[in-house]
Amino acid sequence: MTESIRSLTAEKIEQARAEGRTAFIGYLPAGYPTIDDSIEAAVQLGNNGADIIEIGLPYSDPVMDGEVIQKATAEALQNGFRVADVFHIVKEVTSRTDAAVVIMTYWNLVDRMGVDEFSRRFAEAGGAGLVTPDLVPEEAGEWFEASDKYELDRIFLTAPSSPDERVKLTVDSSRGFVYAVSVMGITGARGEVSNAAERVVRRAHDAGAPRVCVGLGISEPHHVVEIGSYADGAIVGTALVSALRDNGPQAVGEITRNLVTGASKN
Amino acid sequence: MERPAPGSYEHDGDFQQLEGPYFGRYGGQWMPESLMAALQEVEETFRKAIKDPEFIAELNDLNTNYINRPSLLTEAPRFAQDHPGVRIFLKREDLNHTGSHKINNVIGQALLAKRMGKTRLIAETGAGQHGVATATAAALFGLECTVYMGEADTKRQALNVARMEMLGAEVKAVTIGARTLKDAINEALRDWVASVDTTHYLLGTVTGPAPFPEMVRYFHQVIGDEAREQSLEQTGKLPDAVIACVGGGSNAIGLFHGFLDDKNVQLYGMEAGGAGVETGKHAAPIALGRVGVLHGARTYLMQDEDGQTIDSHSISAGLDYPGVGPQHAFLHDTGRAIYQPVSDSEAMDAFKLLTRSEGIMPAIESSHALAGALRLAAKWVADGVVDETTPQDEQKVIIVNLSGRGDKDVSTAATWFGMVPEDHAEAGE
Repeated sequence: MTESIRSLTAEKIEQARAEGRTAFIGYLPAGYPTIDDSIEAAVQLGNNGADIIEIGLPYSDPVMDGEVIQKATAEALQNGFRVADVFHIVKEVTSRTDAAVVIMTYWNLVDRMGVDEFSRRFAEAGGAGLVTPDLVPEEAGEWFEASDKYELDRIFLTAPSSPDERVKLTVDSSRGFVYAVSVMGITGARGEVSNAAERVVRRAHDAGAPRVCVGLGISEPHHVVEIGSYADGAIVGTALVSALRDNGPQAVGEITRNLVTGASKN
Repeated sequence: MERPAPGSYEHDGDFQQLEGPYFGRYGGQWMPESLMAALQEVEETFRKAIKDPEFIAELNDLNTNYINRPSLLTEAPRFAQDHPGVRIFLKREDLNHTGSHKINNVIGQALLAKRMGKTRLIAETGAGQHGVATATAAALFGLECTVYMGEADTKRQALNVARMEMLGAEVKAVTIGARTLKDAINEALRDWVASVDTTHYLLGTVTGPAPFPEMVRYFHQVIGDEAREQSLEQTGKLPDAVIACVGGGSNAIGLFHGFLDDKNVQLYGMEAGGAGVETGKHAAPIALGRVGVLHGARTYLMQDEDGQTIDSHSISAGLDYPGVGPQHAFLHDTGRAIYQPVSDSEAMDAFKLLTRSEGIMPAIESSHALAGALRLAAKWVADGVVDETTPQDEQKVIIVNLSGRGDKDVSTAATWFGMVPEDHAEAGE
């Protein structure tokens, strides 16, 4: 990993480690159900134990997302969400919580605005980095340049199917942490964490990643406990989006408090 | 990215030798990491197979004895009669087994799937032609098959759904997004991420991540190779122009490829202009001119200011896709091929003219190419390039790719021409 530039997500994960916790990362879509409610929900997330908040940009063709997140982001778009609204959301959330804020985005949205322009505005809003589910390092030339220029973290994904040389490429290309995809599939709550996850994390650690966090299918406190035994952070999305959908922003705070009980190693 | 002017990109090399993953600045692999290993496996299998005489022999045998290749090159003199001095020939992909060019690619990829030890095929389909072809190959090779189809398309193409199911495929209606072809591709990709160990995604056109644009082209190159030879035999020369419709662009690239390095052969790709590019209701991403990334490739896209995909519109379900193959984007920028939109009504006029003048009912997709041929012929006549006194060996020759037959489009056409009572009009929607 590139360590010469300050990384906000690395600092948060290391702080959790120093406090004897597994870092907790929560995902919520921008603009769902409205811009204001998405800010409230993210603030609840940050003030109830999330170390890092991942704001998802609604996109017309989200190939890595399951039904719950697809429906939420489609609703945000129907409600008139525009990509540039995310900078306001990031600014509000960073000013009202201590969490580091990253954006999860399909690449065409960044490409359309211009990689430099998007990165500059995001950094100005206080953003920490991007999670890029359909951008592999081979296609990320412009993003390498912009993320160094604006000191943003590059969070690439590694998967159970990744061959060794690709794990190495992903680890070497990332800054902050590496996102370990726990299962061959798309986002969505699952009963158990895939038994492939531990191997994905170990391979990334072995390839030199100091921080590896696990996402996909994590929805229960005992999942977080399990992941804490081998990974540096747990990423929860669908469970939070369902809570927001059913019971509003306050419910996000409650479920976060419940989930982070699994993050304590004491 | 800003729109480059046609011809603004210099390319002095040999066009036929172009391989992926990039065509100029287009193409690439904008894909989830989870699928990168599978793409690598497909590419390695493909490159090895096309150098293996056993694979080539098997493919050639199926082309001849199953698909019915070579397809005919048929002159259409009555279709061309208003344009003296211009001869129009049809490359008859409509006579292939299953009724369109789609089978060429499907048979090739199904053979690769078997080589990879995959037991299941998945595919997306709009009009149903690619789905039917994939279900056919699955039946032929004893593979499982799931076809994703937008719910809107399953309703307007109910007979093709039944056809696929009779062939043993499972058809899954996609109920999210715009419920059309692009959403079917999204859903097929989601399936593939979870099933990649046993499943090959048999993508139906020259879009998607590398190696698909190059690989799908390879299996369709036979169209242009045959047409070139047939033109020499039947007219004693190469054609002056070749014309094909362009949705994703597989039949077009298949025809173009044989002529890419024949500098005097003009290449025309006709995009679906829908109700007119100025109305926003069209499927002509090159005419719109916005470059972005969709379904794994950098190319021209129907997208808004934010980069969200815009729903495309065309009377032809097979052209109703908001992107275009990256090699077409490149051929546009280099100026080697010319791309123009054809409206629904121009296409339907050409559909009717060919049906009535030659007794050949074309697919509505292919009717866009026929309209392009009439446009070009009319221009040559208007410019005085040819007239009724032009001797035959100096007459202009156009080859049109008749990529599919029109049986599937009868109800759409009957509705368009007002040949069914109003209360039955929904049959063609």
